[in-house]
Amino acid sequence: MASITLEGLKKTYSGDVQAVKGVDLEVHDGEFVVLVGPSGCGKSTLLRMVAGLETITEGTLKIGDRVVNKLEPAERDIAMVFQNYALYPHMTVYNNLAYGLKNRGFNKDEIEKRVQVAAEMLEIEEFLDRKPRKLSGGQRQRVAMGRALVREPAAFLFDEPLSNLDAKLRVQMRVEIKQLQRRLKTTSLYVTHDQLEAMTLGDRLVVLNAGQIEQVGTPMQIYARPATMFVAGFIGSPAMNMVPVEYLHARGANGLLDNLPEGTDIVGIRPDDMHLAPPAGQHLIVESTLQLFEAAGAESHLYVNLADSDQPTVIRVSGQPPVAEGETLRFYVTRDALHPFNSTTGQRTGD
Amino acid sequence: MQTKRMTFPGHWLPYALLAPQVIITLIFFIWPAGQALYQSLLREDAFGIKTTFVGLENFARLFRDGDYLNSLSVTAVFAVGTTLISMGLALLMATTVNRMIRSRSTYTTLLVWPYAIAPAIAGVLWWFIFNPSIGIVPYLLDMVGYRWNHRTSGNDAMMLVIFAAAWKQISYNFLFFLAGLQSIPQSLIEAAAIDGASPLKRFWTVVFPLLSPTTFFLLVVNVVYAMFDTFGIIHATTEGGPSQATNTLVYKVYADGFVGLNLGSSAAQSVILMAIVVVLTIIQFRFIERRVNY
Repeated sequence: MASITLEGLKKTYSGDVQAVKGVDLEVHDGEFVVLVGPSGCGKSTLLRMVAGLETITEGTLKIGDRVVNKLEPAERDIAMVFQNYALYPHMTVYNNLAYGLKNRGFNKDEIEKRVQVAAEMLEIEEFLDRKPRKLSGGQRQRVAMGRALVREPAAFLFDEPLSNLDAKLRVQMRVEIKQLQRRLKTTSLYVTHDQLEAMTLGDRLVVLNAGQIEQVGTPMQIYARPATMFVAGFIGSPAMNMVPVEYLHARGANGLLDNLPEGTDIVGIRPDDMHLAPPAGQHLIVESTLQLFEAAGAESHLYVNLADSDQPTVIRVSGQPPVAEGETLRFYVTRDALHPFNSTTGQRTGD
Repeated sequence: MQTKRMTFPGHWLPYALLAPQVIITLIFFIWPAGQALYQSLLREDAFGIKTTFVGLENFARLFRDGDYLNSLSVTAVFAVGTTLISMGLALLMATTVNRMIRSRSTYTTLLVWPYAIAPAIAGVLWWFIFNPSIGIVPYLLDMVGYRWNHRTSGNDAMMLVIFAAAWKQISYNFLFFLAGLQSIPQSLIEAAAIDGASPLKRFWTVVFPLLSPTTFFLLVVNVVYAMFDTFGIIHATTEGGPSQATNTLVYKVYADGFVGLNLGSSAAQSVILMAIVVVLTIIQFRFIERRVNY
């Protein structure tokens, strides 16, 4: 059990490619932190730097109170779950779990005991004698988790562990990982590009873009108050709509937009905050043409073009409203649903 | 594998297309093999005037012949030595090159060159390098107090042919090992590193077992190479000497048949070699087909 502290962590590859451009982050003891971002944002590189699989160009990395910059992966007291599981194909499940313990000189009884405990916890006892290729994707995933937890490390590192599973299994394993982490209370750092996975798993999220942290916070903090336009667009599905303030003014926003913070030239509106029926209190009214109607069971997505602007916008409504494609729709937005941004800096301007 | 079925309009075209391969096989393989089988049952005098049928007498004689039994053990030492050295060095080079990023293809190209050299040329090359009078290696060895002379010392001669034969085969082994190494996912090695295995331990407990299909394949190929494909090297360096020390089975077939003109015995020896090839081929197919280890 330990905290993980990243101070000004940088990674530069030869040829001056900056993969990670200075990251400061503190993962508290027992916390589950998710690194999320689009592919190529440096989140995997960052995780691999913590694991010791990539060298650190600059900055300090501490696990607990130890600076581990120069330590070998094995000496950092961490365990990692890989995207492709990285199970040793020539060893049985039992030996896959025992390998790390054997290398560390545990005695036979202790190994046996720990493997049994882990196998029970993950319900893989019956597969202990099998080779990994005889297992299904979900079972392999469990073995990979088992290999991490038999070692009882100070921290777990997860590198997109669910991305090779089918959608149903992914949800199931997501819940199990969360429960397991709650039970073991082991500090965890989890990398994913899936914002839903990030939202549901993490105690805190770290949104990364182009090698830099965009925002750190609890999932709900980030969802309710995205700090940058990038975060606003990345977290939440369908993505937040961005509408220029000027456009709203031109459409007769009356007094509603007058108290927007200084520098605001664009506002974000979540698809669920656009209503087809007028809400109580003051609101904006925007007209649009319905381009595409997408029924997704409990909810529907309406792809519309704003009147006189051709700007594509998505509205999410529950159920299936009686609308037809090509129809002109009027929707209503309240003032507190607006996220004010400055489009030049990309930063939130206030509120 | 599903192959597309092709229908020819007549009969003669497919046969004609097949003919070159069939003719070559018949003339250069089936016919000589048949001849060898037949000849192994005959005894012919050195001038080819009189031929008598002797049954299995040629074989019986071979196994009573000290020279032939010696040749068997010489071949065993030579094959094991060549295989171990060429595979060991090739594996070492492959693991080293596999770690490189930018210079990998350059090294690979350079390391493949020896394979393109004809066996006789390779033999002459080594003959010069190890020549007791003018060679560089005996000169250097002399400085450290070792008097190299493969013309008088059977051990020196054996080492020479093993070096020469192994050197030529390293390229081939290297390519296969490199391909094998590259097919092992990097994450497995990283997982082993996190699991606390030292680089050497990682190699022996993870990489090497995963290479076992490649290793087994190469083992068979190298034994076959050492036993049958090294005539040129031996002929150009030691010619089987000194006093039978490097007279391998294949070289003895040539020496007894074409130099000694004992055609019956030579043919019987080829038949035994043929049997060995058959056994090795069976082993290879048996094990390679059901992938080793995992």
